[in-house]
Amino acid sequence: MQTTDFRIRIAGEGGQGLLSVAEGFASANVQAGYHAQTFATFPSQITGGPTWFQVRISTEPILSRGDQLDVLVAFNEHAYEAHKDEVREGGVVVYDSKAFQMEDNGSSLGVPFDQLGRSTGNPRAANMVVMGMLAGLMNMPQSILEEFVKQRWGNVERYGEKTVPQNIHGLTLGREEAIKSGYNLGELAPPEKPDYDQIFLNGNEAVCLGAVHAGLNFYVGYPISPATTILVWMEQWLAGEEKTAYQVSSEIEAINAIVGGGYAGKKAMTATAGPGFSLMSEGLGFAWMAEIPLVVCDVQRGGPATGLPTKTEQSDFFAAMHPAHGDVSLPIIAPGSVEECFYAAVEAFNWAERYQGPVIILSEHSLSERKQNVRKPDLDAVPIENRTVYHGANGTNGYHRYEPRELSPMPLPGGPGSYVANASEHDGMGDTTHLPERHIQMTERRFGKLKLLETGTYESDNTAASVAVMPWGGSKGPTREVWQRMTETGTADNLAWYYTMYLNPLPPALLDELREKELVIVPELNYQGQFSSHLRSLGVRAESITQYTGLPFAIGDLTERIEERIGVGRKEGVAV
Amino acid sequence: MSEKNPEYDFKWCPGCGDFGVRRALEQAVARRLIEAEEPIEQTVVVAGIGCSGNLVHLLEGDQPFGIHGLHGRTLPVAFGVKTGQPDLNVIVVAGDGDFLSIGMEHIAPQAQRNLNVCAVVMDNGVYGLTKGQSSPTSEIGMITSSTPFGKAEEGLNPLRLYLTIGVSHIASALSSKIKDMANMIYDAMEYPGFSVVHVQSPCTEYNDTYKILKGDPRKGIPGRAWDIADDHDPSSIDAAASLLERDGIPLGLLYQAEPNPTMDQRLDDLKTKARVLTTEQMVASYGV
Ligand SMILES: Cc1ncc(C[n+]2csc(CCOP(=O)(O)OP(=O)(O)O)c2C)c(N)n1
Ligand code: SF4
Ligand SMILES: [Mg+2]
Repeated sequence: MQTTDFRIRIAGEGGQGLLSVAEGFASANVQAGYHAQTFATFPSQITGGPTWFQVRISTEPILSRGDQLDVLVAFNEHAYEAHKDEVREGGVVVYDSKAFQMEDNGSSLGVPFDQLGRSTGNPRAANMVVMGMLAGLMNMPQSILEEFVKQRWGNVERYGEKTVPQNIHGLTLGREEAIKSGYNLGELAPPEKPDYDQIFLNGNEAVCLGAVHAGLNFYVGYPISPATTILVWMEQWLAGEEKTAYQVSSEIEAINAIVGGGYAGKKAMTATAGPGFSLMSEGLGFAWMAEIPLVVCDVQRGGPATGLPTKTEQSDFFAAMHPAHGDVSLPIIAPGSVEECFYAAVEAFNWAERYQGPVIILSEHSLSERKQNVRKPDLDAVPIENRTVYHGANGTNGYHRYEPRELSPMPLPGGPGSYVANASEHDGMGDTTHLPERHIQMTERRFGKLKLLETGTYESDNTAASVAVMPWGGSKGPTREVWQRMTETGTADNLAWYYTMYLNPLPPALLDELREKELVIVPELNYQGQFSSHLRSLGVRAESITQYTGLPFAIGDLTERIEERIGVGRKEGVAV
Repeated sequence: MSEKNPEYDFKWCPGCGDFGVRRALEQAVARRLIEAEEPIEQTVVVAGIGCSGNLVHLLEGDQPFGIHGLHGRTLPVAFGVKTGQPDLNVIVVAGDGDFLSIGMEHIAPQAQRNLNVCAVVMDNGVYGLTKGQSSPTSEIGMITSSTPFGKAEEGLNPLRLYLTIGVSHIASALSSKIKDMANMIYDAMEYPGFSVVHVQSPCTEYNDTYKILKGDPRKGIPGRAWDIADDHDPSSIDAAASLLERDGIPLGLLYQAEPNPTMDQRLDDLKTKARVLTTEQMVASYGV
């Protein structure tokens, strides 16, 4: 029995090494040529607390974590109880028989992970036992995992000579248990190795790489989940001549520091999440007002206030667009996949440099933690933009940086064109003014520059349909999977697909198309339906399908809700 | 503001101490041009919000670069400019409310980093721009528009604060003594590290303290402000602390630490430990 797809969930307590099982298993399969995606959700404590990870392995590129589990690995009874209902019919529950006992219900398999692991001589080989079992249940060639083990622990100086054979022994013990059980989940078709180079990484790492490629040379940040890994990455890797990465004393300091950095000519960035983003609002208004290029990455988590630090949500759209008081509309790029995280970061810097102002990358927890194999970017083919710098003759006397209604070359300190970058309303030189005609001119100038950013691309499919679905951000993957599934089953005949990561300003042609639709359905992870509300304000007949559980959309559930919304299955036919 | 700018409608009140601070700052920067041969466009003035912050628009003649940002956030901005471009000469100008109330959280980090900028604090013991509310340095019991029955808090001693949290170079000035102040600002800019020049800059409108500060020598009334004696050893933190035990406000160089590596030097040193990869190498490190 061949299949295209396996979904495995590993649930237990934080600190049990679940993550390394999930990522190791995914990584091994990617090396073998399959596609893999991980999903992580945990409590916000360091050890303990209910934690689970999911891995999906497929012969095709993967859009979501998937539901309907093939295997649930339960490290304790609580984990079993919490997740058992999501195991598909014919799926298998593997559990730690040392942690708890359950009756054999014809689809469960108890194994003492730890005991078997220790019997290899390596006290940490329990993970290998689990991976071996998974491989056994899925008829996966042993060589795939052995190859991974050799690569991962092959460095003898670092790990000693015994680690590889012990771990392989652990894999074998696990596999034997699976075979003894008689359960058989079928097997994946042989992998079709992509004919392009790949990288395997998570969304935050992709943001970092994109930012660095774009020319980032000044990073500051303050630790906050789920953005901390960006700070940590930058502290390690943003090194070399004229590059700075630094942990500052608060998000207020961070935003004002990158205003200073951007003013001084750096490509400056900070990353944060909800609470930190709120603290940045005044500073973002400053950057908008004084026209300072900079990038802020908001990795959304559940809100408001301290909210759900380690859960996913898409509830910062309003905040990202209008973070500050006054007339402000910040450019937003919201990546929808790990791969897009890279390009969103590059584009965010290009936008910031082009229109001379702040740009928001709106990422989210589920992307930040998700590891996935993606096409390796061809850096030479990803263009980089730089701001126009003033080199004119007005040295220290009366350069009007803010004079015209359009963009003007930006002076850099040390060079000609001294001016005051002013957070108060100002005239051409940056001196404070209260004249109505100036406020009109400058407000229109600031908004007018957004036109320069109306260059975003978008995806569309089945555009003749009168109803459309258009997710944003991390809801792209699940929604696309639902849409594809509906297309296969024939329920998407009147359902167009639209998607863009350029949320503000939206690509004008996309907006034109959306305005033609009788209904645009926006699946999004917040209570208020924030993005559809914005679309309505732009004259689109948009409605949200919302969810606010701290988790991404599940495929089955979202399919039902979309089908229900468009009246599939109703006798009267399609209702809008 | 280089040209006469008819649009710019902010004016300091007659007699405001900030006039003197502006002059002193202009003189200090002009002296840099001559003595350090540093052109004025190498200087960035980062101003806070208050009457004081308007100084950045009221400088006369050739203009340095300027930033007039948010209330209380001069130091973070200065941190960004200076760390981004360590060759620049970065000066902060801020009021007592800006620097010591809403912006207080930013002083200690710069002191610990020894950020190489010079902050000129214009202390008038009141919130001038918002029309006369109490500030951290207003005395206990002081009647202001926001403390109609008297201020409940003790007045903050800013010099003691700077000394305690590790500011490397601390000078105290009086706005009417322009020449002394210009020298202090010049020295503070020259000093490699975080320096504060704290200026008594009276607000003639809401808290006119000229008489109290200067006293009346003819009538034999001593001023609250007094000059630090020549034999004071500014390298001694104990000597500085003991000066602050005395009543009133000492004027002059209170404290100057032995030069310590500055923020940018520290970062340069630490960077030598990092492995520098090209972007291509970074991407490749995630290779499958
Ligand atoms: C976040 C914020 N809060 C309050 C204000 C209003 N405000 C403007 S200036 C000022 C106080 C100014 O006092 P100080 O810093 O001592 O400067 P001075 O006017 O006395 O020179 C206040 C509270 C503001 N601009 N921003
Ligand atoms: S109100 Fe006070 S501080 Fe403000 S300009 Fe007038 S005198 Fe100066
Ligand atoms: Mg004041």
